Amino acid sequence: MKKIVLLLQKLSPFIGCLIFYIVVTVLRSHKIINGYYMQVLMFAGVNVMMTVSLNLVNGFTGQFCIGHAGFMSLGAYGSAVVTTLIFKGSHFTGVAQLPVFLLSLLCGGTVAALVGCLIGIPSLRLKGDYLAIVTLAFGEIVRALLRLIQPIGGARGMIGIPNYSSFGRILFFVALTLWLVRNLIYSPFGRAFIAIRDNEIAADAMGINTTKYKILSFCIAAFIAGVAGGLYAHVLCFIQPDSFGFTKSSDFLVYLYAGGSGSLTGSVIGAVLLTILPEMLRFLADWRLVLYALILVAVMLYRSEGLCGGKEVPFLKVKRASLYKEPIFGAKKNAAKNG
Amino acid sequence: MASILQFLVYGLQLGSVYALLALGYTMVYGIVGMINTAHGDFLMIGALSTFFIAKAFESINADGTYPMLIVGLIILISMMFTGGIAVTVEAIAYRPLRYKPRMIALITAVGVSMFLENFPRALPFIGPNPRPFPTLFINRTFNVLGASITSTQLIMIVLSAVTMIALDRFVAKTKIGGQMRAVSMDKDAANLMGINVNKVISITFFIGGALAAVSGICYASAYPQVEVYMGSWLGNMSFVAAVLGGIGDIRGAMLGGFILGIAQIFATAINSTFGYAVGFIILIIILLVKPAGIMGTLTIEKV
Amino acid sequence: MKKLLAALLASAMVLSLAACGSSSSTTSTTAAAAAATEAAQEAAPEASAEPAETIKIGFAFPMSGTAAMAGKYSTHGADVLKEALGGVIEVNGVEHPVEFIYADTEGSEEKTTNVYQKLIEEEEVIAIVGPDASKCALAAGPIAQNAGCPNVATFATNTAVTETGNYIFRACFIDPFQGSVAAAYCEEQGYKTACIMFNNADAYAVGLKDAFIENFDGEVLGIEEYSGSDVKDYNVQLTKLAVQNPDMLLLPNLNVELGLQIQQARSAGLTCPIVCGDSADTPDVANVAGDAIDGVAYVSAFSAESTAPAAKEFVDAYVALYPDELPNSNAELTYEATKMVVSAIQNAKTLDRDGVRDAIEAIDGLELPSGSMTMDATTRNPIKGGVIMQYDSEGVTHFVSSVNP
Repeated sequence: MKKIVLLLQKLSPFIGCLIFYIVVTVLRSHKIINGYYMQVLMFAGVNVMMTVSLNLVNGFTGQFCIGHAGFMSLGAYGSAVVTTLIFKGSHFTGVAQLPVFLLSLLCGGTVAALVGCLIGIPSLRLKGDYLAIVTLAFGEIVRALLRLIQPIGGARGMIGIPNYSSFGRILFFVALTLWLVRNLIYSPFGRAFIAIRDNEIAADAMGINTTKYKILSFCIAAFIAGVAGGLYAHVLCFIQPDSFGFTKSSDFLVYLYAGGSGSLTGSVIGAVLLTILPEMLRFLADWRLVLYALILVAVMLYRSEGLCGGKEVPFLKVKRASLYKEPIFGAKKNAAKNG
Repeated sequence: MASILQFLVYGLQLGSVYALLALGYTMVYGIVGMINTAHGDFLMIGALSTFFIAKAFESINADGTYPMLIVGLIILISMMFTGGIAVTVEAIAYRPLRYKPRMIALITAVGVSMFLENFPRALPFIGPNPRPFPTLFINRTFNVLGASITSTQLIMIVLSAVTMIALDRFVAKTKIGGQMRAVSMDKDAANLMGINVNKVISITFFIGGALAAVSGICYASAYPQVEVYMGSWLGNMSFVAAVLGGIGDIRGAMLGGFILGIAQIFATAINSTFGYAVGFIILIIILLVKPAGIMGTLTIEKV
Repeated sequence: MKKLLAALLASAMVLSLAACGSSSSTTSTTAAAAAATEAAQEAAPEASAEPAETIKIGFAFPMSGTAAMAGKYSTHGADVLKEALGGVIEVNGVEHPVEFIYADTEGSEEKTTNVYQKLIEEEEVIAIVGPDASKCALAAGPIAQNAGCPNVATFATNTAVTETGNYIFRACFIDPFQGSVAAAYCEEQGYKTACIMFNNADAYAVGLKDAFIENFDGEVLGIEEYSGSDVKDYNVQLTKLAVQNPDMLLLPNLNVELGLQIQQARSAGLTCPIVCGDSADTPDVANVAGDAIDGVAYVSAFSAESTAPAAKEFVDAYVALYPDELPNSNAELTYEATKMVVSAIQNAKTLDRDGVRDAIEAIDGLELPSGSMTMDATTRNPIKGGVIMQYDSEGVTHFVSSVNP
């Protein structure tokens, strides 16, 4: 009995997403939610992946990346090149579609992860804001270079990307991401990340190879962001370099910190709520973004630790009662020190 | 040779805008320790308010130029107004978060920035249209060694240099400057020493806002077009400049601004296709050589 | 044992993923089919029903974000027609109330796809007008196509936009045509050498530049680039071009950038004639450029000076509604696109999306401000001529010539 509970808990992200999927499918078949909601939910799913991966770097490892959309663009282009240029013109249907799509996502993720390593290396020397502007500059450089590569459309963007991302698939990858990141942060790797966040020098003194773990954190986050970018490209069917500017990066920062950094629940809730909120405010016409900004400021003022305040829902936690009496995350003194 | 000198003038022109804005940025950072992403929007408010104030003074402006006194008055009102907005923003949005993690203040600043851009955009009498900026300064062109330099460019470059020196002296010599330094070192200890921390921070924001207004006026005089979204990108660039110089350091911000402006202009001059990217590559290289910015010193952390 | 179980579960997950993919696609197709039959059922008795059904037309414009100015003019252009219709469209003698639904795209592809889904699925509009940017039209086009909702893009000049499918039309002319008009005008004026400065981050500028170079017989002396609308400093590029001393300068850029470019070109010592694309047709360009605007020529589809009744009617109605401003190309193209949709609704055989689509395709000789317009049924682009307009020193535009290469 105990073992089954443990197993259920281990696979909880999948189970949670499966339940959500069933609920949405049932509602969809009863026409309670229409294609518009599905579309918004798909973007919300991509944003959840982006926010969770950013959380790994900013929230758990304590680094400061503000050019996350750069990784997303690399993934989007990487995977779109596979499905659109390499398998040119042959839009797969049925069973053949899935391996091609998975391959393209893997490609996108790998490209992003390689570049993530590359950008992780300067993080050895740089800290805080200095690292931040290197990531910002990185995002801008990627964008400027993508505009100039003619085979992938240059500034005009890439058209004719097949519509392979479905709601179910995105949800599967969201579950996979949550499962992966949750297991990672409750593993020795994760404890190393958190040690670096809490105090890098102390972590170093404890024998943690901070260099290795920082690069690893960047790499994994970039990989997830790359896969999310791949999914995004196959929802939108059209990508162009300027969609991945600083505005997009700052969107993810907002989702992360409004949801509560250092909490996976916070990332999910922040990304989903703040993706849906501007759509819900559409009736305001011109004043929509004004109210959105006011709501954002109000949330930060009245719940400044983020909506979830560093708390984690039980199913995203792994119990290691013998190790931790208290939840590892969300201890306020840590948050105050690092931000 | 002449063209290199000419490009240098353009670089100084662009750099002085970055530098002026970065000064305010770095002051706020040094004292409150927050990245105020809304700082670029203070520039927009400065430029936009100047546009409307100048419009109100239009009756005096018979022959297309404003008398020097009126120009000074317009700039002063605009500085007061923008400084007032900055103080209000600080009091409402940033003050409650002072002892919270600084990322929280950053996200609040993103929200503030979104509000400051979209509120005037949604107002019917402002709206999204770009507007021509009135000519406030006398426009004359000088020839120096084959390069032409306009009076606006001269005013901008001199103004940013003067402001930097004045600010540097202000912080170093005056009583309030001393209080600022004390607050930036340790807020609680400063409070115990009888310094009114709230007042000092309000003054800092006022100065930051007023400087942003000046840079907005300079920017709009050099590139005479004002619209509600003009500030956000400039804000980012001045953040980059401030960090490049060593964030929190007044001279560093100035230097960072000029280096960034000149690097961008020369990268563009060599190859305009890659110029934009190369400007950022130079930035990364500088930071890899000087990881704490040009003027910053690496602090040794102790556990 | 535990590992085996985990592996089994993982494989089950992958299988369920495959199932998810296929099942969701089948549900969506059945849903679409159901929607289609439902629409057909609704449409059939509707013709004879007494209370006339409200017709909804959707509009997708950037009302916020850096392109917000285009959205403002576009909504004003649509408002002119809304006012003229007085809230009703008469179809086969039945007066249907008409509703215009404006939605904000923020100038972002992602938001545009959301807007399309909302307009199509939730508002159940009969047709969509907009968006103005090619990137948004390219991203959202497949949605309209799959849903079978006719879409008339206003300012999306990229050739690929209407190639998405047979439900996508446009009201503007395409990049290659505009480029050839500009090139033909320049040759007519006897310009032998040209310089170009363009925004390499913008699809409109890149497309127009390419089309011009392809069609221009003279020599292109220098091409300079800049990256994005945020950059406001063009001094370096223009100084370098001024050294070449060309016969003309082509600025194929966005309207928010042009005013400053024209001004900086003049102060950098470029005294040659300046030619721009149709984005220059905005009063704000002349406002910002000031005195430098004198003599700037641009390609346009429409001349506000035109004495044609449709053009005069539009300009008069616009100024009556918005006394403080003059219509620009965004307003004019939106008006035309909306007019196309409205006339298609009036002529549709069946009052549903397919009927409207067929009627848009069949538009022949519709009187629009830019002249009589016929839809090319194979490319779904309007067949209309280009005119060259020129600013005078007061910033007022004048008709120069009409070019049909």
